[in-house]
Amino acid sequence: MALDSKVPKGPIKDKWTDYKNHIDLVNPANKRHIDVIVVGTGLAGGSAAATLAELGYNVKAFAYQDSPRRAHSIAAQGGINAAKNYQGDGDSTYRLFYDTVKGGDYRSREANVYRLAEVSANIIDQCVAQGVPFARDYGGLLDNRSFGGVLVSRTFYAKGQTGQQLLLGAYSAMNRQIARGKIEMFNRHEMLDVVKVDGKARGIITRNLITGEIERHSAHAVVIASGGYGNVYFLSTNAMGSNATAAWKIHKKGAYFANPCYTQIHPTCIPRSGDYQSKLTLMSESLRNDGRIWVPKNMDDVKAIREGRKKPTDLSEEERDYYLERRYPAFGNLVPRDVASRAAKERCDAGYGVNATGEAVYLDFASAIERYGKEQAKIQNIENASEAKIYELGQAIVEAKYGNLFQMYEKIVDENPYKTPMMIYPATHYTMGGVWVDYNLMTTVDGLYCIGEANFSDHGANRLGASALMQGLADGYFVLPYTIGDYLSQDIRTGKIPTDTKEFDEAEKEVKDRIDFFINNKGTKSVDHFHKRLGKVMWDKVGMARNEKGLKEAMAEIKAIREEFWKEVKVPGNADEMNPELEKAGRVADFLELGELFAKDALVREESCGGHFREESVELDGPQKGEAKRNDKDFAFVSAWEYKGEPADAVLHKEELEFNDIELKQRSYK
Amino acid sequence: MNLTLKIWRQKDSDTKGQMVDYKVTDISEHMSFLEMMDVLNEQLVNAGEEPVAFDHDCREGICGMCSMYINGEAHGPDRGITTCQLHMRMFKDGDTITIEPFRAAAFPVIKDLVVDRTAFERIQQAGGYISVNTSGNTQDANAIPISKHAADEAMDAATCIGCGACVATCKNSSAMLFVGAKVSQYALLPQGQVEAADRVKNMVAQMDLEGFGNCTNTGACEVECPKGISLDNIARMNRELMKANIS
Repeated sequence: MALDSKVPKGPIKDKWTDYKNHIDLVNPANKRHIDVIVVGTGLAGGSAAATLAELGYNVKAFAYQDSPRRAHSIAAQGGINAAKNYQGDGDSTYRLFYDTVKGGDYRSREANVYRLAEVSANIIDQCVAQGVPFARDYGGLLDNRSFGGVLVSRTFYAKGQTGQQLLLGAYSAMNRQIARGKIEMFNRHEMLDVVKVDGKARGIITRNLITGEIERHSAHAVVIASGGYGNVYFLSTNAMGSNATAAWKIHKKGAYFANPCYTQIHPTCIPRSGDYQSKLTLMSESLRNDGRIWVPKNMDDVKAIREGRKKPTDLSEEERDYYLERRYPAFGNLVPRDVASRAAKERCDAGYGVNATGEAVYLDFASAIERYGKEQAKIQNIENASEAKIYELGQAIVEAKYGNLFQMYEKIVDENPYKTPMMIYPATHYTMGGVWVDYNLMTTVDGLYCIGEANFSDHGANRLGASALMQGLADGYFVLPYTIGDYLSQDIRTGKIPTDTKEFDEAEKEVKDRIDFFINNKGTKSVDHFHKRLGKVMWDKVGMARNEKGLKEAMAEIKAIREEFWKEVKVPGNADEMNPELEKAGRVADFLELGELFAKDALVREESCGGHFREESVELDGPQKGEAKRNDKDFAFVSAWEYKGEPADAVLHKEELEFNDIELKQRSYK
Repeated sequence: MNLTLKIWRQKDSDTKGQMVDYKVTDISEHMSFLEMMDVLNEQLVNAGEEPVAFDHDCREGICGMCSMYINGEAHGPDRGITTCQLHMRMFKDGDTITIEPFRAAAFPVIKDLVVDRTAFERIQQAGGYISVNTSGNTQDANAIPISKHAADEAMDAATCIGCGACVATCKNSSAMLFVGAKVSQYALLPQGQVEAADRVKNMVAQMDLEGFGNCTNTGACEVECPKGISLDNIARMNRELMKANIS
């Protein structure tokens, strides 16, 4: 099947408006007879479910958690971008579009990104109307902060809990519709397969996670909003339950999977401390507004610090290497995430890591505290303020900005980051790759949509900070409700989709067989055992730096782990009860396939772009020496993989990327 | 360190539960409490026994899913944190740790340490929202200035994660801190004014219907709240309710 992105014709700034003017609409009376399933209730799924219900469709929403409010969007900290230009610093729709395409290393689809930038301002208006308590300045107007990879302040925030507040906004909109009966909410339910009838998505099979009951749900269209697949690495900043099962199941039923190798390794996470570790914790990128990243210049100091003979605060300015400021004077500590992560890895690989594992760099707030302290002393007319007073005043400002993050760090690491620099190291955070969708956000299966992090479309090979929240809400509030209406307009005479058909029988049997297998297998090793082994292969060979040899090994190793998994996995308990091990088994089985496709995709893409860094593809000389080298001539395309059984047999389809409104350039942050 | 764990095991909501003793060894002080539980569960799986079911997800203190009652305290012996942020450095070698589910009539046990908190959902559905449809042409976000003070106070109320520690810790199993926080968030913002009276009446009515107890100003909820939600929110809710009932 040839890929058709269905991007409307015309100038980029008119595409979305023209599109909306010409699509088919569904009359309000008919919407009452149309059902839509939404899987996942994070920012994308929650906002989509609420909006579709407001429009009059009958929505069934599904979450594996005990409440929609617990979806992992809740953990997003720093903020949400929008081209409001409230700061008057030159921001515009075009500039947000440009920054996003450039930040994504020219591997995203122009028309989708422009639309995203276009609706971004509406998101802020909508959220304020819902009662989202964004940060404000003393005049009562909305405040902004800066994020990596851009030169304007366009990030709106609610302390360090922006994702929480935006999700609670979408959740409140859902609650209003649940109360009206327009959304039927299924908490503690997991989607285990999609059901296709005559080539169209017409329902899903779910498991009730409390009773173990396998259920059939039908609809005229199915929306997948199940988030990313970062947990393929075992350790990531994702929630423990975050999984790729919904996305992977639809892939196996015909939805192409795009760019799986584009994964974001976030630079500011708390370093790992031991083998028992279950997850990694992110510290918001907003910290890079005020924190300076460094390692010691001299190896002697590195050794002294590791052995506890010296403290980081003992080192003078001259003894520190602020390597981001040194290498990228224009953007300094605010380079994009992929660049910051690789730079940390480069220093640590060279032996300059500052903790026992050698995998940590400092994030230091001393200069920010001093700067704010002096500013406050001036504002408060305190003459000849002592160093201690300046420190106290400055600390209060830093605390107001990042207090919850500092507290979180202190609880985990047991060190006071106001007194000593934080230690950070990159960790898997977000997946830009995902299910391939066209301009309508429809997958390669009719009536099957994919939104939010679960799709691939807007962030290219690297996502800019504060853009995930923007995309999730743009898809759910402002894009999908239009595009899905155009599709559903052909279903006004269809009537209810029956679930007592052979298609539902078959899908249900497949799901039940797999569950029975897990329960009856009685192997010798736990699910986590296999997940950890998969994670290690992924991190070592498909992590921040990749090469041909390592990727080939990874494919073979993942396949071997998968085969062993199906022989040796042990799942205690029964199918007809709450059984967390059974839930994990199904998710890890899917990760074991996805991981191999991930490595295969990384192997095929013989260029470095964004979060995908191939050691074979670097600049050999000139001012950019050592930086990642993109290859637009051969690789300016989206890799969309068609399922053919074994992941190694997946077939590659290419969507060529056209850039008409932005000139392709080397991404320089120097 | 080596520890003895006394854990509530209960097959399902219809079966009677009991405390069961377990031993775990070589626990690092750097582990989180839930990582210690992972170690126990891995041990149980390898021994062919059923692992202990407990709710957890984000493991960074924001999703509100984790919910244990540890040594008689919701989220255990530390302040301003959820169970997933509790670290083993709070315990010492040889300790016996008692782990129970959150206990309240309105939070029935589903299995082991997992409880049903959907009562909170129904309270929110009764009025925890502002009635505004998605349109893309609501007024500009800066059209109504909101004082920094009010915005900050609304934010402090809005940080509630809906974990239910306030209920679990209250001798009356009252949900007034939870409801008060939501009522306050909207009461403090101009956008919330239009529906303020109906909101507080409906949410409080639903809260009573769910079987939560009343507030007797003990203040334990504020102490155990992982997000430091203040008792002021309960006072504000009562004022809002009074206002709604007499106007």
